[in-house]
Amino acid sequence: MRTIFSVSNYLAIKEVWRNRGRFLLVSMVIALITLLVLFIAALGEGLGNGNREYISKLNGELIVYQAKSDFLIAASRLDNNRLAAVRRVDGVADAGLFGTASANLILPTDSETLKVALLGIEPGHVGEPKVVQGQQLSTDLAEEVIIDRNTAIRSNLALGDELVIRVTQGIKDEFFKLRIIGITDGQQYSLQPSVFVPFYTWDRIRPKSEAEVNSSNPVANVILVKLSDPAQVESVKLGITNQVNNVEVASLKQAIQALPGYSAQQSTLNTQGGFTLFIGILVIGGFFQIQILQKVAQIGVLKAIGAGNPTVAVASIFQIIVVTVIGVAIGGLLTFLFSLTFPPTVPIVFNGTTSAIALIALLLIGPLGGLISIRYAVRIEPLKALGLSS
Amino acid sequence: MNNSEQKTYALETKTVIKTYQSDSGTIHAVDDVSIQISSGEFVALVGPSGSGKTTMLSMLAALLQPTSGKILLDGQDLATMDDRQRVTMRREKIGFTFQANNLVPYLSAVENVELMLRLNDKLDKTGKLRARELLARLGLAERMNNLPGQMSGGQQQRVAIARALIHNPSLVLADEPTASLDTERAYQVVQTFAGLIHEQNRAGIMVTHDLRMCEFVDRVLLMQDGKLVRTYDNHDEIMNELISARH
Ligand SMILES: Nc1ncnc2c1ncn2[C@@H]1O[C@H](COP(=O)(O)OP(=O)(O)OP(=O)(O)O)[C@@H](O)[C@H]1O
Ligand SMILES: [Mg+2]
Repeated sequence: MRTIFSVSNYLAIKEVWRNRGRFLLVSMVIALITLLVLFIAALGEGLGNGNREYISKLNGELIVYQAKSDFLIAASRLDNNRLAAVRRVDGVADAGLFGTASANLILPTDSETLKVALLGIEPGHVGEPKVVQGQQLSTDLAEEVIIDRNTAIRSNLALGDELVIRVTQGIKDEFFKLRIIGITDGQQYSLQPSVFVPFYTWDRIRPKSEAEVNSSNPVANVILVKLSDPAQVESVKLGITNQVNNVEVASLKQAIQALPGYSAQQSTLNTQGGFTLFIGILVIGGFFQIQILQKVAQIGVLKAIGAGNPTVAVASIFQIIVVTVIGVAIGGLLTFLFSLTFPPTVPIVFNGTTSAIALIALLLIGPLGGLISIRYAVRIEPLKALGLSS
Repeated sequence: MNNSEQKTYALETKTVIKTYQSDSGTIHAVDDVSIQISSGEFVALVGPSGSGKTTMLSMLAALLQPTSGKILLDGQDLATMDDRQRVTMRREKIGFTFQANNLVPYLSAVENVELMLRLNDKLDKTGKLRARELLARLGLAERMNNLPGQMSGGQQQRVAIARALIHNPSLVLADEPTASLDTERAYQVVQTFAGLIHEQNRAGIMVTHDLRMCEFVDRVLLMQDGKLVRTYDNHDEIMNELISARH
């Protein structure tokens, strides 16, 4: 066994080294495939994260929507009465109104505005993200905001600064000044950086239609719910649905899947990644298959002088692994170098787990692609390969 | 003085038959061949095209199973062995040079020779030294580190001869070792080959078309239509009846 490994590794390495140009070319193809797969994965992660970041980090478990809103936050309308009803359901520890809107941030140094998600949350209740700098919101009506890290980076605003947002209410453009009292980690919503405003302030400053301008009843989109026992998701869900009129309830997972375009986008990117891996398997498989066809005589010699099938097979596998590992390593390095050149606005996020899964998949494509060629190598008959038999 | 039955040969075949089935009936590629070869004996296998030389050699090399009969190498019957046992025999007891494509193209001359020892897990300092000595004996002192592609056909053939001998096999087989060489080179190669076989006390068999090469062998076996039709048993017989008769 030991002899088989030492002989086959010796043969494999010698062959790769003496034909390093050819093998490097294949490694480069694998490197490019690696680059592509990692970027698709990072793009999926970046876009997905930009969409779901706030919800996935939510300090609650359930989201209550207006009935028949198909779990679309923007399509749902809920008011205070419903909030009170939700709070009365057994197992609900806390609930908070949540309203979403888009607004433009006027930047002091730039003529362009920054589009942000203007999110209304109830201070001290579920939905208010933890600040990493500054303080939490205090009262429902204060003209204070928390901004997320993305808003801070892209607007260049800091703690204590005043920010100005522009929204359209009715037919007029209105400007509102708010003070930044806290900064959170990344909390993107709908691919936009976010600004968190106390709910009743939010209701006052959000974009409104002509009709809404004159109505005085504040309306949120959904109600965020925190449970006393996070394991009771299903039963509380049922409780809310039964005890509160005209609502539907989603877990965070369901809510994320229902985000506009989210599932479609993720499955598109996953399919692309899968196809790229598949192409990789075909390319590597094709290369090693052709290579084996060229090596029939040489493998015949090895077998004739007493190298057994295990030796030949292990040498092929080892070679494929070497070529794949080198290719994936080069690809990983290239990806890393490229990633350094991307501005923070590009939605590319290299997530450890996703990248690791992609890398493992990439390391498997070589051996998978090479399987057929190994089968072929094992089947070569020395007598025929040497042309001794007519 | 001795009963020849009791003498042990390095190689002994008993009524070896190899038949192939084809559309036009059964082909008797090798038909009832019994031969004995002792250690230190170098034998040539000659005969017209299609007479069964390659088929015979392939069976002796443990590359092909006979239809019936026995092939005893150091007393062990190749005919009854399974694939794995035959691979082991090829690795340990047999040395083989082929007509062409002999060498592993990505290994240098000396690495090709050493490979035989590696396969047997016997590559040590002395082994490496012996590989170099053997190549030097074959006139390749300057070519040790050349790849096969950087050597002439004759040089490659000599590397193959070194590889066929380095692991001290009982049986050394050569299929047309001179086919790609000019006459002068051919003489040189066969002469050195014969010298090494005698000196190292191996049993050697060479298939050749070139009857002049029989000058260096101890015995010539003539095949025809799969049958062993005649043996030339000593040097005089070979020189007078075989070589000069044809020129
Ligand atoms: N695999 C095979 N299938 C069918 N017939 C075969 C096969 N191998 C050899 N033969 C036949 O067996 C006979 C002997 O062939 P072999 O190759 O041993 O001859 P040879 O003496 O080596 O000839 P040459 O001098 O031309 O190389 C021929 O008639 C050949 O056609
Ligand atoms: Mg032949």
